[in-house]
Amino acid sequence: MTSALTTEGLIKKYGRRTALRDCTLDIPAGHVVGLVGPNGAGKSTLLQLACGLLDPTAGRIEVLGERPVSGSPRVGFVAQDTPVYASLTVAEHLRMGAHLNPGWDAGLAERRIAQVGLDPEQKAGKLSGGQRAQLALTIAAAKRPELLLLDEPVAALDPLARRNFLQGLMELTAEQGMSVVMSSHLVADLERVCDHLIVLVSSRVRVSGDVDELLAGHHRLVGPRRDPAGLGPGRSVVEQSHTEVQSTLVVRSTAPIDDPSWQVDRLNLEDIVLAYMSEPERVLKGQR
Amino acid sequence: MIEFHLDSRSGVAPYMQLIQQVRHALRLGVLHEGDKLPTVKEVVAQVAINPNTVSKAYRELEYEGLVTARPGLGTFVTRTLGGESLDKHAPLRESLERWLSEAREAGLDDESIEALFLSTFRAFSEARA
Repeated sequence: MTSALTTEGLIKKYGRRTALRDCTLDIPAGHVVGLVGPNGAGKSTLLQLACGLLDPTAGRIEVLGERPVSGSPRVGFVAQDTPVYASLTVAEHLRMGAHLNPGWDAGLAERRIAQVGLDPEQKAGKLSGGQRAQLALTIAAAKRPELLLLDEPVAALDPLARRNFLQGLMELTAEQGMSVVMSSHLVADLERVCDHLIVLVSSRVRVSGDVDELLAGHHRLVGPRRDPAGLGPGRSVVEQSHTEVQSTLVVRSTAPIDDPSWQVDRLNLEDIVLAYMSEPERVLKGQR
Repeated sequence: MIEFHLDSRSGVAPYMQLIQQVRHALRLGVLHEGDKLPTVKEVVAQVAINPNTVSKAYRELEYEGLVTARPGLGTFVTRTLGGESLDKHAPLRESLERWLSEAREAGLDDESIEALFLSTFRAFSEARA
């Protein structure tokens, strides 16, 4: 099966500022991938490289086995803040979509507009944030892309609109079997909808992997103070803090932690992401 | 038909939560042999969850022999859990309720009751193992 997205040593610089460095990824097709990281970590840059809106400074990027070309019918893109044309109606957006895209699925577009309760005669400028996001999603999905890229699609939405949007997105994914890569701050949302996660911190990929494996492979250890170097092979410390008497570690480990002097707790995805975001430089050194 | 829900604070992987909910429904007699599980698309649209996660949970349940997928028709329950012990749930629940009111009368709060139950349960299981 072709990969949805592969990159190798990908670098993007804006003048002297590096937005993305040493980015090497291989994302198999058929997944819903979450892209998380603080503001300015390079999430939007990576998505824009993937849809061909930006050219890499160095390194290689392939999308569905090809070099990304802007406007490819195989790739759909919903930019940040789900832009629409304020003075055009919902119906005019669909007509424009049909005109611009050879593989346009008019049935799907009309069905979805009715399903989410949009009035075709409404001007897009008068839509609520949630409705605008649904319109942008409908237009991107009706292209019938093999890969859908979404940049912070739910960031500005209230919780109900966010849930409705994600329900729609997952329904489309189930129906059409497309791959999805979406960036978001909202890790709790990503835990439901994503089966693969990429954490970007300070322009670097900190971790990338299957969500179930990440959940199963990370633990919080609490115990009497000690040097984490003695944890043994196959275990890497993601985050650590110490008081005079106690050590608290977030550890990635394939084997179970059997030392009884540690209290071992599960972590949810948000805890794991936060652990990776908290100490980027130190852990990078530890991994070399 | 059962409805799924997700607890995002639990640290339990979403596919495992779905499996646990089906097992739970089987054990409590909410689901019976021949009952249909919601389709992947229905679950996805209802809970806003990744379709691969639902498929993975259903595959796992099928591997355990609890359900079977009939192509084009859906996924069906093939056996229940707990079997005859289900009839014994009601009297056991009653004696547990009696015990709980005794504990409450003795002045234990919720946290103490839970801790006492769990520590006794663990000691009991370990003694039997």
